[in-house]
Amino acid sequence: MMITVTVNGQAHTRDVEPRMLLVHFLRDELRLTGTHWGCDTSNCGVCVVHLDGTPVKSCSVLAVMADGHEVTTVEGLERDGELDTVQKGFVECHGLQCGFCTPGMMLTARWLLDRDPDPSEAEIREAISGQLCRCTGYENIVRSVRWAAESEAAS
Amino acid sequence: MSAYGRMHRKEDARFIRGRGTYTDDVNLPGMLHGAVLRSPHAHAAIVSIDTSAAEAHPKVKAVITGETLAGLRLAWMPTLSGDTQAVLATDKVRFQGQEVAFVVAEDRYAARDALELIDVEYEPLPAVVDARRALDEDAPVIRDDLDGKADNHIFDWQAGDKAATDAIFERAQVTVAQDMLYPRVHPAPLETCGAVADFDRVTGKLTVWCPTQAPHAHRTLYAMVAGIPEHKIRVISPDIGGGFGNKVGIYPGYVCAIVGSIVTGRPVKWMEDRSENLMSTSFARDYHMHGEIAATRDGRIQAIRVKVLADHGAFNGTAQPTKYPAGFFHVFTGSYDLAAAHCEVTGVYTNKAPGGVAYACSFRVTEAVYLVERLVDVLAVELDMDPAELRMRNLLKPGQFPYTSPTGWEYDSGDYPRTLRLALDMAGYDKLRAEQADRRAAGGPLMGIGISFFTEAVGAGPRKHMDILGLGMADGAELRVHPTGKAVLRVSCQSQGQGHETTFAQIVAQELGMSPGDVEVVHGDTDQTPFGLGTYGSRSTPVSGAATAMVARKVRERARVVASAMLEASPEDLEWAEGRWAVRGDPATGKSMAEIALAAHSGLELPEGVEGHLDAVCVYNPPNLTYPFGAYVCVVDVDPGTGQVKVRRFVAVDDCGVRINPMIVEGQIHGGLADGVGMALMQLMAFDEEGNHLGASFMDYLLPTAVECPSWELGETVTPSPHHPIGAKGVGESATVGSPAAVVNAVVDALRPYGVRHADMPLTPANVWLTIQGRPFRTDLAIP
Ligand code: FES
Ligand code: FES
Repeated sequence: MMITVTVNGQAHTRDVEPRMLLVHFLRDELRLTGTHWGCDTSNCGVCVVHLDGTPVKSCSVLAVMADGHEVTTVEGLERDGELDTVQKGFVECHGLQCGFCTPGMMLTARWLLDRDPDPSEAEIREAISGQLCRCTGYENIVRSVRWAAESEAAS
Repeated sequence: MSAYGRMHRKEDARFIRGRGTYTDDVNLPGMLHGAVLRSPHAHAAIVSIDTSAAEAHPKVKAVITGETLAGLRLAWMPTLSGDTQAVLATDKVRFQGQEVAFVVAEDRYAARDALELIDVEYEPLPAVVDARRALDEDAPVIRDDLDGKADNHIFDWQAGDKAATDAIFERAQVTVAQDMLYPRVHPAPLETCGAVADFDRVTGKLTVWCPTQAPHAHRTLYAMVAGIPEHKIRVISPDIGGGFGNKVGIYPGYVCAIVGSIVTGRPVKWMEDRSENLMSTSFARDYHMHGEIAATRDGRIQAIRVKVLADHGAFNGTAQPTKYPAGFFHVFTGSYDLAAAHCEVTGVYTNKAPGGVAYACSFRVTEAVYLVERLVDVLAVELDMDPAELRMRNLLKPGQFPYTSPTGWEYDSGDYPRTLRLALDMAGYDKLRAEQADRRAAGGPLMGIGISFFTEAVGAGPRKHMDILGLGMADGAELRVHPTGKAVLRVSCQSQGQGHETTFAQIVAQELGMSPGDVEVVHGDTDQTPFGLGTYGSRSTPVSGAATAMVARKVRERARVVASAMLEASPEDLEWAEGRWAVRGDPATGKSMAEIALAAHSGLELPEGVEGHLDAVCVYNPPNLTYPFGAYVCVVDVDPGTGQVKVRRFVAVDDCGVRINPMIVEGQIHGGLADGVGMALMQLMAFDEEGNHLGASFMDYLLPTAVECPSWELGETVTPSPHHPIGAKGVGESATVGSPAAVVNAVVDALRPYGVRHADMPLTPANVWLTIQGRPFRTDLAIP
């Protein structure tokens, strides 16, 4: 099937099998390997991207379902050489270790802050509760998101 | 100025941009994709395998079976414990999920499609699922491939003084015994295992990308297994999405990818899926323990003895030093001053995946800590004594270090009472107990407080005592200082998220008076780094960190000679101060490493016999292990109606000696604490009577999310290791080792009004609820 998906602002047209997952489309077809894959059951969230601005697990979306839609991946967070505040927050607060969950965590955090610029610790935990991190014990992820919220409020 | 301290990580720049390179991100021209066909049975004879339909698939390039491999003498491979393991099953399958065939195809979807086309006829056999039945007379023999093997016994091993221990138990005023299971768990890093193999038929060179924690050991093993000369093998361990012990061993899929590349002449990628990861790669623990503790009535602990039945699965594939089939389990005397101790461990085969030592356990120190910390709590109940008080009375005193334990360990340093006191203060222990007493008096909601005090033995090891398959556990480091004073450090250990590129740069910077930003750390590529055994058992900082400090000191001494030529003074008249070599008493003459480096590469005349340049290499063979320790306090609320446990607070005071980058240390502790909560409360990996794996996805094998984790409260004490060059002890596994006991102790404490003295992990709502009803169940077998 021919599909056209706009990823990080750029349109990509490809002929794909109808069963191809969006995560594989991004990784294997477009070589955007910042989106990861970690489970067979839609539990881990390392594959999270934005589909028309909403976080989705790209392992649970077929590439053909994204035809005509806009996808943002971790590679699209940085704009004109300027890191997103969330990216800065993760560095500042040591919100990542192996980095495997990080793209998905940051994309969910970006979505959360766009809706709620001042989320509480509990709200942040709730927002990322569909995603796993095996390294950080979540503490510093929560702090990273708070840091981003505060720094966006201050600017 | 110290280069130690909180510093942002160098590796973050690529990870936050999605620019890391994990194994599955490696993409080579002409690359093919592999997939593994696995056994649906736990134990079955293979009658026939028909691959013809798969071979006819238009996108399939090769189908490899055990028979193909047998022709190459690769059907079996050695395990890290000197046993053998089937790469692809030939005679029979011995656990559910075992590798049976390997398909190489043009893309990953086609490879999976072709698996469906392979027809395997099995003849199911009765399975050994319950480790306690493995040695029964009539138990089916799993390893009939081993010459003359007529039972499922692997080893008997013991440590300590049995006679002295038994004598104490005979006279003891109080003894208590407790059976406990440390159930099978899986480390489940978010990146699964996999490999990209590229065999170049022209040069004969094999390059393997795989997420290995021990690239050099892998290369040596590939050379031994596949017969490819070691200098023609390059193992590249790129960025790793978490390891936790899961990525120490060599898995059949890696060998299949290599064979696939040799057979097709093209690069082959194989990445396992999550179910494959959970079902077939290294599990951890599975220790059935019977512990006994002897004490005086006033709470003086005298001796511990323990019998362990160790379930090693179908192949003995634990990764541990050869001398120690039970790992470092005999450090189970913990942090206490005992007169005697003894343990007996029996290892058995069952129809489950191989493994045993994995999951941030410091070679079974996790099981040891859990045993002793549960036993001490059981004793506290028996004596009706506060568990904090009981521990305080029995902890080793600072003056007793260096301390030789009853099972032969030489603890390097410690101030245990100070650490426990700090943890209790931070938690507000007395207040918590008062709150609990009030609630109990009022019949209010259940609340429990659990303490765990652990001592770890990490940084394996002294080479003469510790090896893996004959390879001594030493690690190398190589340091080059370029003419402009920028340095490149090459180390044998491999980060899986621990931040070595930052921490190790800080060590070099500290030793040479440089900025960490001027030090690049290279790791994870056997063509570029010196030999060493890699990263597991919390050994990076204790061993490679020491090698790094030592090689930097070598460079510093070379720099001294160069500086003396620059300053026209004799080397003995120079002193190292403020990161410079200066004439003693005249700091204004100081030469920085950058100035010295330039001179070392210049035409400067050096004393007779002195080479130019500053580069150096070194191998660090640790004189002893290091012994980090810590005190943890966990507070839980338990709903007796649902059995739900909520971790309200968790206080962790760790002493890992000198902290190079406290930010990274704390991050490691946070992660380990979450792991401990997960193991204690939810990570269930049970099997039914046919050996079906009931925890083979993240829907069934639950891992803690941000919602189940509290905000961790950390404290620290610092007791440097006296024998480590920079006084560091290692911390990667401390929290995983120490925390499960604190959580379980807290839950059992909460259930005390119901007369509960013990319950096995994981303390799922069902398990807690049944325990309250007086009907606890075995968490290693299917839920009743
Ligand atoms: S890969 Fe695990 S949720 Fe998508
Ligand atoms: S940083 Fe490793 S899984 Fe989150």
